[in-house]
Amino acid sequence: MSGMESYISQAVRAIPPSGIRKFFDLVSQSEGVISLGVGEPDFVTPWHIREACWYSLEKGYTMYTSNSGLPELRDEIALYEKRKIGVEYDPQQGILVTVGVSEAIDIALRALLEPGDEVLIPEPCFVSYAPGTELAYGKAVPVETFDQDEYRLRPDSLAAKITPRSKVLILAYPNNPTGGIMYREDLEALVDIIIKNDLIVISDEIYSELTYNGEHVSIASLPGMKDRTLVMDGFSKAFAMTGWRIGYACGHPDIIAAMTKIHQYTIMCAPIMAQKAAIEALRNGEGQMRKMVEDYNYRRKLMVNGLRQIGLECFEPRGAFYCFPSIRSTGLSSEEFCEKLLFEEQVAVVPGNAFGNSGEGFIRCCYAASVSNIEEAVERMGRLVCRHKTK
Amino acid sequence: MDLRKRILELLEQDARLSVKTLATMLEEDENKITALIRQMEKDKTILGYGTVINWEKVGCDGVTAMIDVKVIPEREVGFNSIAERIYRFPEVRCVYLMSGTYDLSVVVEGNTMKDVARFISHKLSTLEHVQSTVTHFILKRYKQDNFIFEEPEEDKRLVVSP
Repeated sequence: MSGMESYISQAVRAIPPSGIRKFFDLVSQSEGVISLGVGEPDFVTPWHIREACWYSLEKGYTMYTSNSGLPELRDEIALYEKRKIGVEYDPQQGILVTVGVSEAIDIALRALLEPGDEVLIPEPCFVSYAPGTELAYGKAVPVETFDQDEYRLRPDSLAAKITPRSKVLILAYPNNPTGGIMYREDLEALVDIIIKNDLIVISDEIYSELTYNGEHVSIASLPGMKDRTLVMDGFSKAFAMTGWRIGYACGHPDIIAAMTKIHQYTIMCAPIMAQKAAIEALRNGEGQMRKMVEDYNYRRKLMVNGLRQIGLECFEPRGAFYCFPSIRSTGLSSEEFCEKLLFEEQVAVVPGNAFGNSGEGFIRCCYAASVSNIEEAVERMGRLVCRHKTK
Repeated sequence: MDLRKRILELLEQDARLSVKTLATMLEEDENKITALIRQMEKDKTILGYGTVINWEKVGCDGVTAMIDVKVIPEREVGFNSIAERIYRFPEVRCVYLMSGTYDLSVVVEGNTMKDVARFISHKLSTLEHVQSTVTHFILKRYKQDNFIFEEPEEDKRLVVSP
């Protein structure tokens, strides 16, 4: 049968395809490309973690685990979160191991939203929040953040978007694609609005370990916020484990129980080999992880400096592994810039508008790349910028 | 961390990093970095800059041997003077004082097995204070100075991802 589109549900048809996907197809057809378009570490998972997984397979750990995840893993996660953000979660009822943070976000939205409930999403942001909201029959409400504020969410911007249907606020800091972070005082300034409007916060902290010149602060650690926050984190970025698809959510037992209900019917449990590897990461991975973070930090400075030298305005990212320079001085749109950069200079970056309308005029450059590739890519980008200087 | 240590860590990974790149990565002044590197070269903190090479790729099948050497230490200078007499030979790549059943570990390189054997029997074993030697020839190199020989440097990531 051809033309089956009419069978597809309205909700799915309404979702636009990912802007990144479109660009991916373009890049895949080109050769000799230096890619700064990736959203993952350039390290392979540390060997001791891979080896632990291997060992668990040898020992025959190939079965289901409990829906919530292996008890040892939840114990380790509880200890880790206490160390990292200073919040205690009950490993029995307050933690759910998921297939990456992506799953955690999806099931949280499905557990929380009534049709038409509004989800406040600071933009630019990771690509899945709005579609996830819409698939849960909610309404995604973008809240703009700006380069002059270092992409921190301002209380007045948030307050302006709140309606009686507002239910969830997604905070994703350190932020992909901007590299912005929220300092303690920035979070404190939001607490009143959140409590007054009875919002639940989904705090996507997947980049929390990748915070430079400062400490990551979770909104869950602020007074009155623990119960109304779902902290989501995972192993992909800090431990270079993207392909393992393993993450978790921590929060109030009632919400975690509701999420577990969806999780048990759709996923059953996260793969046991990834869970075993995650235990090893939390028990013995801190040293190598710190080393990787230090390495990102060096390259962060290299890229920011390089981008500024070729004449692109770029705020200094404080977290994650992305720079988000403005390309407005070239007079090109984000997509035009990225296409020209790809075809004329063989460098792949991601157009900022893939992360929301407020990303227009910007590009995302990932510095999880080798020093020589960063230097070469920036040089090539410089040639393009030169050709298109408008002022 | 001490700035010198951070410079050294970066140079140990890649000795070809330019001062300019180092200065950017470390957020320090170029002149300061240059001065520190010079100083460390002078005081022999930095002994030299080398390249890790897979010589087989250019058809050079040299021979390397690791030799366990038992020596009788000399009064007052212990192992140092005999170690010095050994490391002065250009054939000798490395000399280490070891704990355990022998005393010095000596890495020797030659063009052929005969060259190395000749060096051992004529030069090394005949040294006064050398009691015995046990020679191990290297058959295959898997990893050296943090570099893996056969693994291709391949980026397996998707070129663009969210």
